[in-house]
Amino acid sequence: MAILQLGVLALVVIAGTALVLTRDVRSQSIVLSLFGLILALMFMVFQAPDVALSQIVVGAVGLPLMVLLAIAKLRRDHQELEQEHKRKGRT
Amino acid sequence: MHRPRLVLFFAGAMGFVCLFVFGFTPLRHPRDIRNRYAQQINTRTFAERNITDAVSAVNFDYRGFDTLGEEFILFVSVLGSLLLLRMEAERKEGILMDAAERSRDLGASDAMGLWILAMVAPKLVFGIYIVTHGQLTPGGGFQGGVILATAALIIYCGKGFPIFRKMLSHSAIEILEALGAGGFVAIGMLAFLWHRPFLTNVLPLGKAHELTSGGTIALISLATGLEVSAGFVLLLYAFLQETLTERGED
Amino acid sequence: MANAFTYAGYATAAWLFLIGLYGVVTSRHLVHLCLSLTVIQASTYVLFTVIGYRQGLPAPIFTDGIKPGAAAVDPVVQALMLTDIVVEATVVALLLAITVRIHRRAGTADPNSVNIMQG
Repeated sequence: MAILQLGVLALVVIAGTALVLTRDVRSQSIVLSLFGLILALMFMVFQAPDVALSQIVVGAVGLPLMVLLAIAKLRRDHQELEQEHKRKGRT
Repeated sequence: MHRPRLVLFFAGAMGFVCLFVFGFTPLRHPRDIRNRYAQQINTRTFAERNITDAVSAVNFDYRGFDTLGEEFILFVSVLGSLLLLRMEAERKEGILMDAAERSRDLGASDAMGLWILAMVAPKLVFGIYIVTHGQLTPGGGFQGGVILATAALIIYCGKGFPIFRKMLSHSAIEILEALGAGGFVAIGMLAFLWHRPFLTNVLPLGKAHELTSGGTIALISLATGLEVSAGFVLLLYAFLQETLTERGED
Repeated sequence: MANAFTYAGYATAAWLFLIGLYGVVTSRHLVHLCLSLTVIQASTYVLFTVIGYRQGLPAPIFTDGIKPGAAAVDPVVQALMLTDIVVEATVVALLLAITVRIHRRAGTADPNSVNIMQG
């Protein structure tokens, strides 16, 4: 049905816009997971099951995972840098 | 501060939209485009290769050389991430003990630990199923490899980093990844024994609807699955905070 | 209706590309920049999918009722996209690793105030 495909494309547009307009990085990883699922839905509706399988695993699990790990690392680096600054400030 | 950049962006976007509309409106409707290459592949896949999944056949046989290139992009990206984050970790020796202490608190509760142990085996089986049945139903090396990597991931989520490190030794996974990438090339070079070009499908094609159909397609799918899964587990290693070089604990 | 549907596909691809580029241009955090690149990638996937699709035809998997040799959707385009998704995830991981290094070196993850190259 053409209406189904049009609806899914509209969802993709909304999710993509939401992903870019989310400025806070931690929320953005959750929106990224949602965007990945909606893309996988689009691939299923357009008769591409292989691609949908790939997108589900990578886009909903793999990519948000790496983003969250990178954010955690950034936060710990930030804390360590602050500690170093304090130590240098004292001596 | 941003104004000139935004103005430039909107000017470029207007130009892009104009060119896009100009380029895409006179195109014929896709239903009228006769995509001859795709039609040929659809009609010939079963007859020539005994394969029911045309996408896998295109990936690993008709366009196998492009897939080889993509797989090596993956290999090099993993290598690059490991290098970048390894240099970073070498500076943190003094904090190693601290990190080991902290990570002991990151384990899950007992109930979740049990659930995770119960989930690892089904995930492994499912991942192996997807990798080996790539030529019959949707699947293949790439998808199954990532699923296998998530099975390794939940071990970390449930049991914390020390157990993860003990179960999956870094050097063993590196060897597996190298085997996968090299295996692809080695299977391609098998064709040289029969005086055929690189990556020709020279093995017996088997019966349709069976796991051994497709000749080299099944083997290449296995090698790719090995490489992708090992690559993703290495990426996980690289990103974990406690991934220090084997200087402190070993 | 069919014509609007085709142009909807192309318009989606163009919109995703532009909004992703807007995200890259006005980004204030390097991780946000990497994820806007993901949106630009998604625009190419949408374009490929719409080009390869034929209304009413099934997927190119010839089991369970789809006879071998029947008309199906374009498999070449799907093969391109499928490897691309997995590979681009690792490339984004590489970009995130670079981000972590930049943050360590410059103390901030804001692309507008990172100036490591001096002199």
